[in-house]
Amino acid sequence: MSIVYLLIPIAIILASIAIWAFFWSVNTGQYDDLESPAHSILYDDDEDLIPEDAKIDKKEQHNSDNDSTDA
Amino acid sequence: MNSRVETDSQALCYHCGLVVPAGSHFVTRIDGKERQMCCPGCLAVAQTIVDGGLDNFYRHRDNQNAKNERVRNDNAGQRALELSLFDDPEVQQSFVHATGDSTREALLVVEGITCAACVWLLEHHLKKQPGVTDASVNLTTHRARLNWDENVTKLSALLAEIDRIGYQAHPYQPNSEEKLLAQERKRAIRRLGVAGVGTMQVMMLAAALYAGDISASMEGRIVDFIRWASFVLATPVALYSARPFYDAALRDLRTRQLSMDVPVSLAIVAAYCASAWATITGSGEVYFDSVTMFTFFLLVGRFMEMQARHRTGRAGNALLNLLPNSAIRLVGNNEQLVSATQLRQGDLVLVKPGHTIPADGIVRKGQTSVDESALTGEYLPLSRGIGDAVVGGTQNIEHPIEIEVTETGGESRLSTIVRMLDRAQAEKPAVARIADRVSRYFVAATLLTATVVASSWWFIDPANAFWITLSVLVVTCPCALSLATPTALTTATGTLRTRGVLISRGHVLESFATATHIVFDKTGTLTEGNLQIHEIKPLSEAPEQTLLNIAAALEAESEHPIARAFIPFTLNRAQEVKNHLGQGLEGVYNGMRYRIGQPEFAAGLIPDSMPALPSEDGLWLLLCSEQSALCWFRLDDQIRPEAGSAIDTLRQLGLNSVMLTGDSSASAERVASALHIDKLYKGVSPEQKLQILNRLASEGAEVIMVGDGINDIPALAGARVSVAMAGATDLAKTNADAVMIANDLTRLVEAVRLARMTRSIIRQNLTWAVLYNLLALPLAATGFIAPYMAAIGMSASSLVVVGNALRLSRRPKAKS
Repeated sequence: MSIVYLLIPIAIILASIAIWAFFWSVNTGQYDDLESPAHSILYDDDEDLIPEDAKIDKKEQHNSDNDSTDA
Repeated sequence: MNSRVETDSQALCYHCGLVVPAGSHFVTRIDGKERQMCCPGCLAVAQTIVDGGLDNFYRHRDNQNAKNERVRNDNAGQRALELSLFDDPEVQQSFVHATGDSTREALLVVEGITCAACVWLLEHHLKKQPGVTDASVNLTTHRARLNWDENVTKLSALLAEIDRIGYQAHPYQPNSEEKLLAQERKRAIRRLGVAGVGTMQVMMLAAALYAGDISASMEGRIVDFIRWASFVLATPVALYSARPFYDAALRDLRTRQLSMDVPVSLAIVAAYCASAWATITGSGEVYFDSVTMFTFFLLVGRFMEMQARHRTGRAGNALLNLLPNSAIRLVGNNEQLVSATQLRQGDLVLVKPGHTIPADGIVRKGQTSVDESALTGEYLPLSRGIGDAVVGGTQNIEHPIEIEVTETGGESRLSTIVRMLDRAQAEKPAVARIADRVSRYFVAATLLTATVVASSWWFIDPANAFWITLSVLVVTCPCALSLATPTALTTATGTLRTRGVLISRGHVLESFATATHIVFDKTGTLTEGNLQIHEIKPLSEAPEQTLLNIAAALEAESEHPIARAFIPFTLNRAQEVKNHLGQGLEGVYNGMRYRIGQPEFAAGLIPDSMPALPSEDGLWLLLCSEQSALCWFRLDDQIRPEAGSAIDTLRQLGLNSVMLTGDSSASAERVASALHIDKLYKGVSPEQKLQILNRLASEGAEVIMVGDGINDIPALAGARVSVAMAGATDLAKTNADAVMIANDLTRLVEAVRLARMTRSIIRQNLTWAVLYNLLALPLAATGFIAPYMAAIGMSASSLVVVGNALRLSRRPKAKS
């Protein structure tokens, strides 16, 4: 059981690191808006991040979308 | 363009949701389909959005965009001039700061944000502009932070881009109160985080301790080690996270009051100190898990309460939104465009039609009408001539005027109303909460019992006296009791939010439940707050549609609120339109001369005498051609369709309805009798409204005040609980206790019902908490309760309370 003498201090150190990181994120304003980030995941605005060869299923639809935006 | 196209199709604008004028053709392709727009303004906005590849916006927005008045007024040139003011370093000083050699950062407040899709649209559109390094928009506060490179682009260009997609940005200067709120929020989140991490760690260790306790097989030195570890982890929670409770308790003790914070602090401090003592001396029991969990639970409750409170807290800048950014100062014969803040007393200012008057002043030249609806809530503009006083923040409608500035900024009429509001709020009696009343007795009883227990055990067994007293304090630990009210209130607040009623102050639900009177403002609250064509009485053979088109063509040239009623029927514009102040319009349409307006004025064009005025009440307009009178139009403000049933249901719930209005005309009585209002006060000033409310209160009534205009604000502040309508001015919204975002009066009925249900749940919770304590207290006092039993009992009773409160989040059953 003497392993707890090592594990518990490690746990305490990790917890302090977690709190430090949390303070840092609060102070840099990451918690200022708690609402809109929850919605932002719903937008399909990552088109340019998807590799060309992975776009197979939706190719039809994307093409027609692009047409309408170019118009 | 022929005038007989789809007259009754009632197509709605895809962008803003208004009716598309019959026969107009403004179409954009969005999402692969042709979409109808109501005007060139919406078309331009939609086209910009689509061209930017941002049509995702239309898929995700919650509701249709509000009409941007600026776009419709199409005074783009003027707006560009106004925006260029913001490139002046002197003007920028207050809200822009340099982040590098040429990089700048500005804080803006953006008008027109309604949902997360707006935020997405704004951020993406701005980030696409050359020179913009970063743009972030806050959905809760409508604040935008914009970073750009001064060498590449100008602030005015970026503001114009925001305009182009249908929003409006103003510079934002945080005042000290808001900075304080932001700090409070950050501090609360940090405290919550520390408590959360600490609690999880301590609970983990506590589980090991309990297991060791039950099996009685843990080595003593390991127990000691785990206790020390818990001590280390619980210390920041007790010393940092729980600070707000100590501060509040000390404040209450200083003012000689007993609130929930007193036993909460006492329990935390006593349990923490005793556990620390036990750890150091290696004796007794530790309660670190109870301390941390207790703190964490309570902090979560407080945090949610604070979130709800801050949601509508935009007080500081509401005034700024109303006052215009720029003004035209006349120096000799020169016109100077200056920022409104640079105006001084005695300056001569030119105000063009359609513009907001920049400061309080006296008309020196010109004759016009002024829309004071922002101030009074009444929709018909008032006539103002030489020597009349005008108020800053109101809108000039018909003709250019020159005013001499009498008061600016802090001295203006608007600021006076704000001050009146501050006073009314300060004088508002504090609402005694049920929980506070109960807790006061409870606290006293617990302290008394603990003293009795301590002193009796002191005689029986001095060695154990301290530990038994402590377990009494922990068992009766007021966790369930102090969670009873906040959880119920927070859940109910959340439920109401999803139903379209936003609550911003803590006492609202209790006051809703106990209210006896409900007071309404008329315009904008019981009625829609804008003029609509109610009736058309043709006097000739011509079809109604043609008559409407003629009238609309004439009215298209006017900024008057009457003209807005005709917008859906506009096909094209009349020529040579002349605006006869306060009387009507004259112009040529399809080669024929027409007049529309006051009956006497319009009839001046025809050879015959004026046709007899129809007998119904209302605002009658006459349309005449050079040959004959053509048509009567009756305009009126529309009573909200749901108002009648809402007021009837409220009466069944036992609430008396009262109507307070600044309008002294007969229409006040008509509205009151149509809705079966119990009592009507008409033609009252903001000051009188406040007096009437105070009189009601002194007669023992508990009043809910529902209003929308700035003139309602003192009354809103003076009422026990105040509700602002969705269309209310920002100032009214921020100062009301609740805002009806759904713009539907029946939600008010739901709110009252839910408030009553909340009250009964709070009572159940309190009863349960008190019963639990009555049961646990004797056991603890006689020394039968082990620490883990105390912890389980405490958690269980808290869970019951929370579970009961969660019942409020269920949709109320449809029974109306």
